[in-house]
Amino acid sequence: MNERARHLISIDDLDRAGIERVLDRAASFAEVSGREIKKVPALRGRTIVNLFYEASTRTSSSFELAAKRLSADVVSVKSSGSSVEKGESLKDTVQTLSAYDPAAIVIRSPHAGAAKLVAGWTDAAVINAGDGKHEHPTQALLDVFTLRRRLGSLDGVRIWIVGDVSHSRVARSDILAFTRMGAHVTVCGPPTLLPREIESLGCEAAVTLDRVSEADVVYVLRMQRERMQQSFVPSLREYAAQYQINDRRLSPSQLVMHPGPVNRGIEIAGTTIDSTQALISEQVKAGVAVRMAVLYELLVGANVMAVA
Amino acid sequence: MIRDGEIAELGPPDSLPAPDGTDTLDATGKHLFPAFVDPHVHLRTPGQEYKEDIDSGTAAAAAGGYCAIVAMPNTAPTVDTASVVESLIAEASRRARVPTGFMASITPGLRGEELTEMAELRDAGAVGFTDDGKPVVSAGMLRRALQYQRLAGGIIALHEEDPALSADGVMHEGAVSARLGMAGIPSLSESTMVARDASLALYENASVHFQHLSCVESVQALAEAKARGAKVSGEASPHHLTLTDEAVRSLDSRFKMNPPLRSESDRRALIEALRSGVIDCVATDHAPHARHEKEVPFEQAPMGTIGLETAFAAIYTELVGPGELELSTLIERMTSGADLYGLHTPRIAPGEPANVCLIDTEAPWTVGENGYASKSANCSFAGMRLRGRVLLTVAGGAVAHRQPMLVAASARSGERSEARR
Repeated sequence: MNERARHLISIDDLDRAGIERVLDRAASFAEVSGREIKKVPALRGRTIVNLFYEASTRTSSSFELAAKRLSADVVSVKSSGSSVEKGESLKDTVQTLSAYDPAAIVIRSPHAGAAKLVAGWTDAAVINAGDGKHEHPTQALLDVFTLRRRLGSLDGVRIWIVGDVSHSRVARSDILAFTRMGAHVTVCGPPTLLPREIESLGCEAAVTLDRVSEADVVYVLRMQRERMQQSFVPSLREYAAQYQINDRRLSPSQLVMHPGPVNRGIEIAGTTIDSTQALISEQVKAGVAVRMAVLYELLVGANVMAVA
Repeated sequence: MIRDGEIAELGPPDSLPAPDGTDTLDATGKHLFPAFVDPHVHLRTPGQEYKEDIDSGTAAAAAGGYCAIVAMPNTAPTVDTASVVESLIAEASRRARVPTGFMASITPGLRGEELTEMAELRDAGAVGFTDDGKPVVSAGMLRRALQYQRLAGGIIALHEEDPALSADGVMHEGAVSARLGMAGIPSLSESTMVARDASLALYENASVHFQHLSCVESVQALAEAKARGAKVSGEASPHHLTLTDEAVRSLDSRFKMNPPLRSESDRRALIEALRSGVIDCVATDHAPHARHEKEVPFEQAPMGTIGLETAFAAIYTELVGPGELELSTLIERMTSGADLYGLHTPRIAPGEPANVCLIDTEAPWTVGENGYASKSANCSFAGMRLRGRVLLTVAGGAVAHRQPMLVAASARSGERSEARR
């Protein structure tokens, strides 16, 4: 139970106490981020490798910033312009980078299970920054952090996750993290974009927003344009008509979240993004503190992450 | 007693005098079975010998107790011309440890667009026809092949999958794929094609064999077709009979195959169908892949698991041991592929060709602990503790496999079983 977890691959690597420990640590780092000098020496002299096989703005920049604020040396490798583009295998790339003896490898991959594989090939701690449509555990942790700051606790909170659940790693990690923290989760989206048997993850499923008024929090997922070509939905227009989160569908007391990047006017109305009920910029801000906490707990913390 | 490649005599212990020079084995407490026949093996030859070749693939077969195997034509190039069949048969006659038959493809390049020269391919020695690895998507194309079978003969074996439904799926569609966020292959991508093609087989009075059935709906479709009198048969693999999609939670690419490991209820249906005979035989779908090909994220890995060396032990341990399948039924289903494919069925009787395997059914072993006879190690049973060790395989009258631990009983006479080369 208190065995030290070496990696953060899945929300399943953390029990509730483990999540709370990361969030408490993140709260203290959030305080550091409010100072003029935003740096602590916790990881001085240690190396963090960011290995990104997919385009990413906020995840890669916040991991980089998190590592730098902990005084680590950071190497960022992107698939374009690197040996990856020349056909090097994931295993060979990881073993090459491991020769630099990094303390941690942060990996983003378009394929489920990539982070877990990497953990088997390196002595470094491995942090999953998104693997295919499988998981994105640090996003879920920052989402819980953001909600906990606003609401105090997630116990009994009703959260609707709306949109393309099938293709969303954020949805999967959030379902696991939110329910572990005591929330009731309902996923809602077009029947073509809700995975069969998604309820087995411990959530409810709905195909209309008819009951969305019951939600305390509406978590909006990004709707990717490529889904149109694959006939998952007939058109963006119809999608927006059925599932867009906007002022008409929300009461002012409901909170709105989105992992970014947003498609204004498609899955969420511009006015809702800019309203006071939206926590979207707080989520981005939380990203750095939470990723500092994850790095710290894996690489420094003594009684660190508990294995669920 | 085996003499000149035939089973010469059978007798109780100590009843048969062993002539001088006889290789006598002490098989006390072991089982002598008819050796097995696998109608579904990928030897990767020609073209992908880095995964497997005729030497290594047939060595793996012999190590698993098989006296005959049938190789699939989805090689590079495809086995779709008489010259390729002839060269494979010639190479097998030089290199194969066990007799090996070769299937030819139904359509050139497995493209599903036109028929191969089926009559010429049969004359060249092809056992039958399959586009295994791919379905024959067009019902019209398959119908032509079934009609032409009346001239060419040979079983037509089908990999059933509707690509419009399986799409970019990499595993069974269900709770596990929902959790892992991987695209699912629904069971009905297989079963709708089984139902379609069973109807075609009935209409054309053709002999059709359904390969690697994986789900309850396919079993039902096969049972209905048999009840209506269609000349159809089916096979199930050791991995579909013993594993489920729960194994994929590990994200280990050893558990990626096509058709995918399915749910527990599907597995139950396969076991029941194997027991009742709706599924006629066990086939391994032995599908070797090189280490570097499988050491990638699950979605990128090629489909397939090796299975020749573990087939008996896996099913014996998981199904016979707990009482879900009679040992005699297992042995029957491990050999009955021969008859379906027009090959000689191994039997233990005087005058029969010597096709036997000697198995210690209680010997425990860990899969992969001593490597594999196959060139590849992508085994879905790797690391598992199984019971049932193949000590000796005699194929076509010749010793094809012999465990070093199996010592000659030189000092003793009249053993329970004897083998002489």
